[in-house]
Amino acid sequence: MSAAEAGSADTAVRIAAAVRAGERSAVDVLEAHLARIDGGEAEVHAFNTVTVDAARAAAAAIDERVAAGEDPGPLAGVPIAIKDNLCTRGVATTCSSKILEGWVPPYDATVVERVWASGAVPVGKTNLDEFAMGSSTENSAFGPTRNPRDLTKVPGGSSGGSAAAVAGGFSAISLGSDTGGSIRQPAAFCGVVGVKPTYGLVSRYGLVAFASSLDQVGPFATTVADAALLLEAIAGHDPADATSIPQEAPKLVEHLDDGVAGLRVGVVTELTGEGISPDVLARVREAADALAAAGATVEEVSVPAVAYGLSAYYLIAPAEASSNLARFDGVRYGLRVDAPTTNEMMVASRTAGFGDEVKRRIMLGTYALSAGYYDAFYGQAQKVRTLICRDFDAAYERFDVLLSPTTPTTAFDLGAIADPLTMYLNDICTIPTNLAGHPAMSVPFGTGQDGLPVGVQVLAPALGEQAMFRTAAALEAAAPRTTGASK
Amino acid sequence: MSTRITSDDVAHVAQLARLELDPAQVELFTGQLAAILEHAEDVEALDLADVAPTSHPYPLVNVLRPDEVGATLPNAEALAAAPQAEGGRFRVPTILGEAP
Repeated sequence: MSAAEAGSADTAVRIAAAVRAGERSAVDVLEAHLARIDGGEAEVHAFNTVTVDAARAAAAAIDERVAAGEDPGPLAGVPIAIKDNLCTRGVATTCSSKILEGWVPPYDATVVERVWASGAVPVGKTNLDEFAMGSSTENSAFGPTRNPRDLTKVPGGSSGGSAAAVAGGFSAISLGSDTGGSIRQPAAFCGVVGVKPTYGLVSRYGLVAFASSLDQVGPFATTVADAALLLEAIAGHDPADATSIPQEAPKLVEHLDDGVAGLRVGVVTELTGEGISPDVLARVREAADALAAAGATVEEVSVPAVAYGLSAYYLIAPAEASSNLARFDGVRYGLRVDAPTTNEMMVASRTAGFGDEVKRRIMLGTYALSAGYYDAFYGQAQKVRTLICRDFDAAYERFDVLLSPTTPTTAFDLGAIADPLTMYLNDICTIPTNLAGHPAMSVPFGTGQDGLPVGVQVLAPALGEQAMFRTAAALEAAAPRTTGASK
Repeated sequence: MSTRITSDDVAHVAQLARLELDPAQVELFTGQLAAILEHAEDVEALDLADVAPTSHPYPLVNVLRPDEVGATLPNAEALAAAPQAEGGRFRVPTILGEAP
């Protein structure tokens, strides 16, 4: 029996409704999840820290509030896991890097504050590729996470721990971050729902920065409705984030059952051809057919510039990372390796503290920004970003949402991909939306030839989350039933 | 196309980024970075003279907040995570070759 089958859990929607009505206790819900962690975590390694005491105290407090006639909020008693690059006051935040050794943040990220205020119960901090740089969660200083659907496979990355926590039933929902696919790709690999919201819809305050113009926090869940519930809880303007969109967030939950009749769906030609496994493509075609059967109009659409997404991303993201990661210098927090001068101390601390993938991207970014290369690399990539935005805008004149695979393949074996560029190719379908700042989500839709989950990606224009979630709900309703789904 | 990245470039960039690499790592990273940059040649080859760059996906300009006094992190909490602190400040080793 796989960890996923052992981990069949209840949905956040049902847990919150029952806890708010006083029909179930948050403590009982939590203990069921802690028991699954006890049973599966040693093999899966979804967490860097399990916050058992804090979780029990929070769950007991929720039950007391319900007993006192209060409403703890829309996520009342729902166990949640938090990616370990989101700051949690009083709980170590490591980014799965040695360089943050011993650091305990003095503040909560805005999204963390919001899930506490909504009544969620914190079960722990999840493993990731160091500083969210990777597609397999193998780049963690604390060892890899394994896929609960098949322990010989990677869970995807970089939010592999958050995806595995939900797939394994360790938490009902979780938070991740997505810079080039780091929520959607692990969601696809682990057979759960994962959402990258519109850039600016969810606050980045307290998210340790990787590439600031691309990073976005978003939900993992076992159902589309749970993902909508969590996204509503964290979305909305935050004065502490200057890139936060100052307008009301789209309503999602109340529109989930609106259906897709009359919705215009475009299947992206450039993301459904070369480089995508035939079995993954077959699921995407079936998903498109299912939407057509549900009343949507489905057509092919070309978005030519997405073909340049990967190249542009691997110039822009490392450039921003090289700048953001300059702050880890051994002066104010984290690891310090002693040396006679400050400059030598910084070199020694960064050399000992960062893993190889982080060093590779810092150097790539420093090179792309350096004198003589700036225009050819970084400047050119920013112009390609404009082309990608234009081509998406043209597509969205004719279509409400777009459809593609989330990943070119199903989950691969641990250790199977050693070459960095080959690893980067995992993200060809997810990167273009980050460059455009648009929302996209992965919905489980059947399995590949190997029996592992396939994710179908629904893309939408900026703040088009409502149509995206309606489409996702229709796909979920039509998806072939597979083993391990936590329904 | 651009000139291929050399091991000297990598060593120079590592020094700029405050990273120390041994010769074997320089060789490894040179090959890997060259492969990634080679993949990016499709972007370099595009004629984009008339295209404006996008630095930010959702354009917001002049994001200002009211000039009001608010809570800030207390000095002791800000220094709590410091590897070394003294007199309410972060302590570091010698800078610029002078005695501390």
